[in-house]
Amino acid sequence: MRYTITVLVQNHYGVLSKVAGLIARRGFNIASLAVGVTENPDVSRMTIAVDCDESGVEQVEKQLNKLIPTIKVKVLEEGSYLARELTMVKVSCNARQREEIMTLAELMHARIIDVTSTSLTLELTDTTARTENFISLMRPFGIKELVRTGISAIELGANTTKK
Amino acid sequence: MTGAQVILECLKQEGVSVVFGYPGATIAPFYDALVLDGSIRHILVRQEQNAGHAASGYSRASGKVGVCCTTSGPGATNLITGLATAYMDSIPMVALTGQVRSDLLGRDVFQEADITGACEPFTKHSYLVTDAQELPRILKEAFHIASTGRPGPVLIDLPQDTLEREFQGEFKYPDRVDIIGYKPRTKGHPLQMKRAIDAIEKAERPIICAGGGVVSAKARRELIKFAEKLDIPVVSTLMGVGMMPTEHPLYMGMLGSHGIYSANYAIHHADLVILCGARVGDRAMAKPDQVAKKAEIIHIDIDPAEIGKNMRADIPIVGDIRLVLKSITEKCEEFSHKDWVDDLKQRKAEHTPIFRSIAGQVDPRNFMRTLSEEVSKRSKAILVADVGENQIWSANNFAFKGGRFLTSGGLGTMGYSLGAALGAKLAKPERQVFAVCGDGSFQMMMCELATLVQHDIPVKVVIMQNNRLGMVRELQDKLYDGRYSGVMLDGSPDFVKLAEAYGIPSERIEDDSDVNAAIDRMLSSQSPYVLVCRVAENIPSRQED
Repeated sequence: MRYTITVLVQNHYGVLSKVAGLIARRGFNIASLAVGVTENPDVSRMTIAVDCDESGVEQVEKQLNKLIPTIKVKVLEEGSYLARELTMVKVSCNARQREEIMTLAELMHARIIDVTSTSLTLELTDTTARTENFISLMRPFGIKELVRTGISAIELGANTTKK
Repeated sequence: MTGAQVILECLKQEGVSVVFGYPGATIAPFYDALVLDGSIRHILVRQEQNAGHAASGYSRASGKVGVCCTTSGPGATNLITGLATAYMDSIPMVALTGQVRSDLLGRDVFQEADITGACEPFTKHSYLVTDAQELPRILKEAFHIASTGRPGPVLIDLPQDTLEREFQGEFKYPDRVDIIGYKPRTKGHPLQMKRAIDAIEKAERPIICAGGGVVSAKARRELIKFAEKLDIPVVSTLMGVGMMPTEHPLYMGMLGSHGIYSANYAIHHADLVILCGARVGDRAMAKPDQVAKKAEIIHIDIDPAEIGKNMRADIPIVGDIRLVLKSITEKCEEFSHKDWVDDLKQRKAEHTPIFRSIAGQVDPRNFMRTLSEEVSKRSKAILVADVGENQIWSANNFAFKGGRFLTSGGLGTMGYSLGAALGAKLAKPERQVFAVCGDGSFQMMMCELATLVQHDIPVKVVIMQNNRLGMVRELQDKLYDGRYSGVMLDGSPDFVKLAEAYGIPSERIEDDSDVNAAIDRMLSSQSPYVLVCRVAENIPSRQED
């Protein structure tokens, strides 16, 4: 099963490698990892998606908690959070196809961010499921390049993950 | 005041009186500060790995944080095994390593190694200090992190320019630590403690399994009181050996693949298992599920990640074992589990083997029994066992009354004992300290005989010589139809002559009848001593075989 873990860490160099190394070392597979600074410049937030079973995610949570630069670890419960990822996709496109891609983009709420005579680059920020759908819609045109950030997650409602 | 001098002041503030190390170019400023100041003793080991083991032995014997230092590159990489050994056994240590100048970092210059990166899996925490102003805070944090919660080694990597730089402003050692993400819990959760007490009151066949966490928590007295008041028998893991006096009526021995029958019987027939600071490693419990199937499990550990890692826990108690046991003991009434205890006692007595002497050989198990008898007449001993058959012979046959058993239980590092023993002897000079090893492990560390001589550290070294790597040989007998591969130790020197070459008194014994007198001579000697025992090659590590 895929679990989403949100982790607050001290914003130091080397912390990302500590976190990623620990998860890999303990034999768990990172599906995605997104990191960025928070409202407090001394603190970074990571959103980590891991594929494992229930006892596995418990170990990941406990082991992450043991890292000294870790401030807070929370395994997010299904349905308690919003998750989004940013995707940029460059598709082959001739003049004839352009309109069709633009229509699909509009339907999917994707933005066109770069245009050449032979390609279009689109940007989408959405859930993983809708992202997958969008990518499959683009595939027939010929995907030249695909860039995904992995998910970032935030809790629903007034809840926050803070120390 | 330079960065190096700042470090020295910090060490003094922490009460450090001895460091174990090996110098080199990048750490040279620190060595200069050491000699200029003169108040901290430096023990020059002969290989950096043993600086780590010595700091570990010092730490375990003294209860303080052991300190070691090496230079960058190979000095630091040699130390890794020392750090990994300490990490696996949760030993509080601070390691200082020199590093190339910070402006050269990452350029693969002479003797550069990314030691904080390399040691990531083997340290509780590590620092690379590029600003000398941060040294007081980092040293304070390092000692705090190493010694609190689940203890462990902390590495501080020190670029040469950090050591040389002039410290700006007035030096002040911080009196407190504030690490936002590090607040180890020490008191057990009241609800879980209540559940534990209920479970203990209901249990008919409870058993306590004492691990290395009992040692770390300095909870020996609390363990004994807990066991006695509630009349619960105790088994120990290899790391917990020595906490419960061996002859205590409630002690059923060491469990596991190399443990004894009564201990394994107890754990497999209990209806309640109280794990105290035991991580349920595979050598202690190969099939934890089978134990858990029949028994309720209370797991007490300071490290929440250990609970449920290798074995299901019904009642998890995160906290300091000393405090938790004390509190449970106070809240419980006295119990009796007479039938259960008597049953185990009888099984233990029936399965305590007598090893018949064979002429021309020393039986290592009889030797350990005699040694413990002789030692207990004089003082509390610290026994450091190396890794291999010698370790198991020691663990199962040396009777502990109040002494200590130190060994590399987690990583199983051959060549641990001599370094650790010299560290332990410096911490407890009034005690007899033994390094018991095989001829394999001895040859991994024999360079440290010079350290004993140079610094006048009267450690007693006992070598069980069977000219084999015995533990691996047993494995090859069992799993590879006796095809011995790489386990013959031909070509070893005459260890008695070797010791003499170092000026260390030494003798060889070749019969059980020589043991008493030889032990007496060894114990009477005021200097380091090497006693070589000729051991038959077919004596198994397991007590029952």
